[in-house]
Amino acid sequence: MTAELINWILGGLSIGSALMVVFSKHPIRSVLYLIVTFFLVSGLYIMMNAQFLAIVNIIVYAGAIMVLFLFVLMLLNLNKATEPKTPLLVMLSSVGAAGIFVLVLIAALKDSFIQKSGQVAGNLNAGMVENLGELLFKKYIVPFEISSILFIASMVGAVLLAKREKPIID
Amino acid sequence: MDTALLIEKLVLVVLLFLVSLGIAAYSTYFERKLAAWIQDRVGPDRAGPFGILQPIADGVKMFMKEDFTPKNADRWLFILGPGIAMFTALITSSIVPWGTDLYLFGRTIVLQVADFNIGILFVFGTISIGVYGIMIGGWASNNKYSLYGAIRASSQMISYELAMGISAITIIMMSGSLGLTDIVKSQHGMNWNIFYQPVCFLVFFICALAETNRAPFDLPECESELIGGYHTEYSSMKLGLFLFAEYVSMFVSSAIISILFFGGYNFPGMDHFSGNTLALLSVLVFFAKIFFFIFVIMWIRWTIPRFRFDQLMHLGWKVLIPIAIINLMLTGIVIAFHEGWFLN
Repeated sequence: MTAELINWILGGLSIGSALMVVFSKHPIRSVLYLIVTFFLVSGLYIMMNAQFLAIVNIIVYAGAIMVLFLFVLMLLNLNKATEPKTPLLVMLSSVGAAGIFVLVLIAALKDSFIQKSGQVAGNLNAGMVENLGELLFKKYIVPFEISSILFIASMVGAVLLAKREKPIID
Repeated sequence: MDTALLIEKLVLVVLLFLVSLGIAAYSTYFERKLAAWIQDRVGPDRAGPFGILQPIADGVKMFMKEDFTPKNADRWLFILGPGIAMFTALITSSIVPWGTDLYLFGRTIVLQVADFNIGILFVFGTISIGVYGIMIGGWASNNKYSLYGAIRASSQMISYELAMGISAITIIMMSGSLGLTDIVKSQHGMNWNIFYQPVCFLVFFICALAETNRAPFDLPECESELIGGYHTEYSSMKLGLFLFAEYVSMFVSSAIISILFFGGYNFPGMDHFSGNTLALLSVLVFFAKIFFFIFVIMWIRWTIPRFRFDQLMHLGWKVLIPIAIINLMLTGIVIAFHEGWFLN
């Protein structure tokens, strides 16, 4: 009962702060609300007994990626005067695209709600480090390694792009 | 959840809070005395015998000063910054195992607030959030020097977190668990990790200095270039919280270093004791180790000059991370050899 109540509170708060990300006027405020959202989502992970996922979510997203976001926004020093004007057509089309995205999400998730009650009871400790490790390094080893190669490729690509401005001397 | 457990943990939390603040307060006194000793001066000696009341005088002074908020500052974030810095510094100590079990009133009392399944990762989580205190405070001040301090802090933290994480993974591989209790128990007696992983310790220690913004890595507040860095615009107890958070995190990181590499509360010959005597002795030994590391960190501050920012980045990315990765690979190979992977 208490757990369900906490779940509802966390869910409500995370939707609220996610909405604040969109509605905040100031980009820095938006990023800060996004960080709050990550924390609340981590709280939901903990309620699902997935401590590892919760802390990795905080370390990677809230702790590293969002710091970089904040870093770039602070350097850009965005304000009303420098903000580029968005044409009406672009605004309309982005609203349309977002609407289609929501539609796809609802279509994808509508069945999962029905199955939920039966599946969660399956393995309560699935989110613990040991079980997650077993799963990642045994059953899903190939996709895991391929995704890490993908990350290395993107890192090398980023370094290559950053270094390109230097004149190449043969 | 029974009431006795709740009371027990509550007492532990309050005690831990007071001890952290007390040690942080007296670290400031100790640091000034040490600096004076290294530079052949007298140091604070007016308030009380040997200046022992100096931290209290400092605290009162901090509260009495005018609390000034700059006109163009973001008011709420300006208040939030020091709060986050202090919060993240304090919360890390909740996971530290302070000693072996105590036996009081017929109950076994575990001297640790919470033993999470994720253990050491929790420490990394709080470290990675800790940078927000400085970033938000620095940005909200609306001052270019504060902003420079904030930007330096964030890039420094992200760079050194990587090498720190990789060296911690080496220790996790050695003990086979993420939990700090298991890491400490695997170093029973004199079986400390420092004897197996000296390189790893060096990398971790340097990164810990950088993460707590201590000299020679105190670039974010570098007074000769940035006036006061991220806390230029802060005054009164808000400034006090920033400065205090640094000392609290110094205390906690000393504790983490002792746990990972110097056996935590373990000491040679601990098998001869048992029960409450062992618990008391282990706590004392642990605090002795912590004080030693606090001393070493201060000693480094008054000995080595500050890095230049490009040197800092060079050290982080091109020296520490490769060393940590090579060390990790070698450890992996040795462990695999021990487990008998290469024998058939």
